[in-house]
Amino acid sequence: MDKARPSIKDLHARLSQGETKSVDLTQQSLDHAKNSDSLGTLFLSLREGRAMAAAEAADQRAKQGKRLGPLDGIPIAIKDNIVMKDEVATCGSQFLRDYVSPYDSHVVGKLKEAGAVIIGKTNLDEFAMGSSNEHSAYGVVRNPWDRDRVPGGSSGASAVCVAAGIAPLSLGSETGGSVRQPASFCGVVGVKPTYGRVSRYGLVAFASSLDQIGPFSWWVEDAALLLQVIAGRDERDSTSAAQAVDDYPQTIQKPIDGLRVGLVRDFTATDLDAAAEKNFSTAVEAIRGLGAKTVEVSLPHLKYAVGCYYVINSAEASANLARFDGVRYTSRSKDHGNLKDLFVNSRTQGFGVEVKRRIMLGTYVLSAGYYDAYYGKACKIRHLIREDFIKAFAKCDVILTPTSPCEAFPLGAKLENPLQMYLSDVFTASINLAGLPAVSVPSGFSEQGLPFGLQIIAPDFAEGRALGVAHHYQQSTDWKDMRP
Amino acid sequence: MKPVERYEAVIGLEVHAQLSTQTKLFCGCATQFGAKPNSNTCPVCLGLPGALPVLNRQAVEFAMRAAMATHCSFVTPKAAPHKSLFARKNYFYPDLPKGYQISQFDQPLAVNGSIAVQFDEATRKIGITRIHMEEDAGKLLHDSLGQDADKSLIDFNRSGVPLIEIVSEPELRTPEEAAAYCRKWRQLVRYLQICDGNLEQGSMRCDANVSVRPRGEKKLYTKTEIKNLNSFRHIQKALAYEIDRQITCYEQGEAVVQETRLWDADQEVTRPMRSKEEAHDYRYFAEPDLLDLQLTSEWIAAVKQVIPELPDDKLERFRQEYALSTYDALFLTQDQQCADYFEAAAAALSADKGEKERFKEIANWMMGDFTKALKDYAGSFATTKVTPKHLASLVELIATEAISGKIAKSVFAEMFQSGQTPEKIVTAKGLQQLSDEKQLRQIVEKVIDAHPKEVQQFQEGRDKLFGFFVGQVMRASQGQANPRLVNELLRAVLSK
Repeated sequence: MDKARPSIKDLHARLSQGETKSVDLTQQSLDHAKNSDSLGTLFLSLREGRAMAAAEAADQRAKQGKRLGPLDGIPIAIKDNIVMKDEVATCGSQFLRDYVSPYDSHVVGKLKEAGAVIIGKTNLDEFAMGSSNEHSAYGVVRNPWDRDRVPGGSSGASAVCVAAGIAPLSLGSETGGSVRQPASFCGVVGVKPTYGRVSRYGLVAFASSLDQIGPFSWWVEDAALLLQVIAGRDERDSTSAAQAVDDYPQTIQKPIDGLRVGLVRDFTATDLDAAAEKNFSTAVEAIRGLGAKTVEVSLPHLKYAVGCYYVINSAEASANLARFDGVRYTSRSKDHGNLKDLFVNSRTQGFGVEVKRRIMLGTYVLSAGYYDAYYGKACKIRHLIREDFIKAFAKCDVILTPTSPCEAFPLGAKLENPLQMYLSDVFTASINLAGLPAVSVPSGFSEQGLPFGLQIIAPDFAEGRALGVAHHYQQSTDWKDMRP
Repeated sequence: MKPVERYEAVIGLEVHAQLSTQTKLFCGCATQFGAKPNSNTCPVCLGLPGALPVLNRQAVEFAMRAAMATHCSFVTPKAAPHKSLFARKNYFYPDLPKGYQISQFDQPLAVNGSIAVQFDEATRKIGITRIHMEEDAGKLLHDSLGQDADKSLIDFNRSGVPLIEIVSEPELRTPEEAAAYCRKWRQLVRYLQICDGNLEQGSMRCDANVSVRPRGEKKLYTKTEIKNLNSFRHIQKALAYEIDRQITCYEQGEAVVQETRLWDADQEVTRPMRSKEEAHDYRYFAEPDLLDLQLTSEWIAAVKQVIPELPDDKLERFRQEYALSTYDALFLTQDQQCADYFEAAAAALSADKGEKERFKEIANWMMGDFTKALKDYAGSFATTKVTPKHLASLVELIATEAISGKIAKSVFAEMFQSGQTPEKIVTAKGLQQLSDEKQLRQIVEKVIDAHPKEVQQFQEGRDKLFGFFVGQVMRASQGQANPRLVNELLRAVLSK
């Protein structure tokens, strides 16, 4: 069958056989990226010359029969909070407008070793704070299925790149759903690996105890290939896991019949749009149809997840962003009489509203007299949430939820109501708190033609299992070849 | 009673010691002092976006040595056994590249230890509240910039250099005792080879918390914190000033304000820091980029292995094994090199009777002429040309009366300059002591013959003239006559 979207395996075969050249794939990607104004600001920097040089090198290797692996010569876009040597890393912020990183992040190093062609750095909510990609200092990103709607965030542009076919692969980052939620909104596959599975070295920190880098792809198999390349122990990240990395592309082929699938009793209908609920039920039926059994599991502390998540991410962000003080980096207020004014004015002028909101929140919850009531308590709840999941996984192999309680919302719809925006993280943020892996896979469309996503959550380091369920499910769906 | 005597001071010290690891606490950059500004830096110690800290194992081991040497416990009340946590201490300052310092807060490496401080002939145990690890900040350079005097420069070479902070219980009572406590720590960190103990270069720094209270009171009065104490002399002077200031406050019916004060070494006063600089809520929280630091019993045992004999134990052993006074033993154990030198020299002595006296002789040389010479030529026991064996030989030559004590002084001076053995010097210069009775008797008789007037006076009762005869004999023998024999012979001859 001629797939609407070529898989990496297809591209790999064509490149190996000389039917396609990396320079052609790369040129197509770059051209497409440059002609995508209708999708808003997708790229914060395009590596036109350097990407083409990398593609030529890949073609040389192909000619000599020395291809480095399945990603050799494949174009990929990376989120602009992942640093790359000699490339600008703005993080969507005015603060880092001209900041050029002097070093490669771990994942960029891995992609280079694999021969992947990095075409550019994608737009994001400033410092990855947001669920709509509307909080970038460089403009909004539009949803390819409906250009008046958001693509989700914070890795919105990375999701759009894959959805629109600009690149077959991209990398985003997660703190509380920032890969899975835009994947769901844009109808692509998004993976949040286990905390510690992918090194954070070179990922500009938002909330260090929650952050993970994750792949976007059209096909689940492609996400598995990309994860294979970037996963593994890195001595430079103390929190990266020593655990051996699965062979994901092989693991996902394993049939899923007999698999015990957990459904969460504690979600109530009010958490969900009616359409989203219907979509979820249908997806669960489909998975049952593939031979999986469903069991009910309880996650009693889940209702505290969003509050807990915002306390923790704000607290950590308030420290992580303290280095942007006007002394170093691009943004320094000209208006300062003394040191304190330099700090205050530079930060007031350099950060956007959402970032400032988080910094204020985080500073508050860590303050003397409030620490125990907020941050201290949130850490305790976080522990309980993780315990809930561990107990649940004694009864099941994966847990299913919708990725998002709703489909992509209109641009601006939630800008004035940050709490509403935060609540859309209900299904995703708890996973980051628990440190677990999860995959979002397209699960069909709403009546307005907007994609939904199904979230498959697995125990620690069982990315392969979650990807396997997603893969078999994706292969069984009718919409896998539908493109925006 | 004078006002000063009606009060006592309560002093607690925070000593910061820079660990002498090759690399920084969280990255592989060199720690060496005096490198070109910003040359020992990387994304991690510059706090660049995306960079992450990785804990230096050697730094942990150095900190463990300090904790173990002061009987601290690795079991902190709030933490699991042998576990400690790093925390972010948040504050803004241009020399702090991340906007927070990685330190330890409520779960420090070690707690509840003690250190014995010798002061005024007495030994007092001072409690150690806690020892924790942290990274240093960079260094701001404001001056000597000529036309750019309105600019500040930042050198990040020091950023991320490992420190331990040692907090004492408020158990010190006088400025002198506080200085003795700091000296004790300097001695200890040098013995442990974890810090060079150099206050001038800032590798040891000290902040003091001090309050005064009427003698006999148990409760603590308001304290002030004094910063910027970078020599033992300053510690003593600043505390003396501050104690005096606080007493004056109370005597004049004023309150002491809790505040941070800076020692002004030029004016020799303490001054309050601007309140802005001290009004800090550091918003500590666990550092999410690092794992909990879990010490295993194997690790603790391995570190214990490398802890050398410590000064207090060595002092006691020297007193016993070498029959030395506390005074001598204190001198010899002041640092590892000095103690090692003494023991090497003692070991080189032949094991005869009278060994104990010769141990004392070695000590005397080391404390006297040797130390003076080392001072004059800026040398040390570790680098001197005089080997311990040579010093032992010199002491043996005196003990066997091969040379006189007086001659020995000039032999030592020669040894110090040339590194020659004392035997060679004595032979080459013909400095052997004249102990041949026959030869000596001839000299004595010659002197007696030459001074009939003095002999007569002596025999009439002018006893003091005996010294005159000794002097004449020594002179006639070019200083080589054995003084003991000269005495005996003169007495025999003159009493005839």
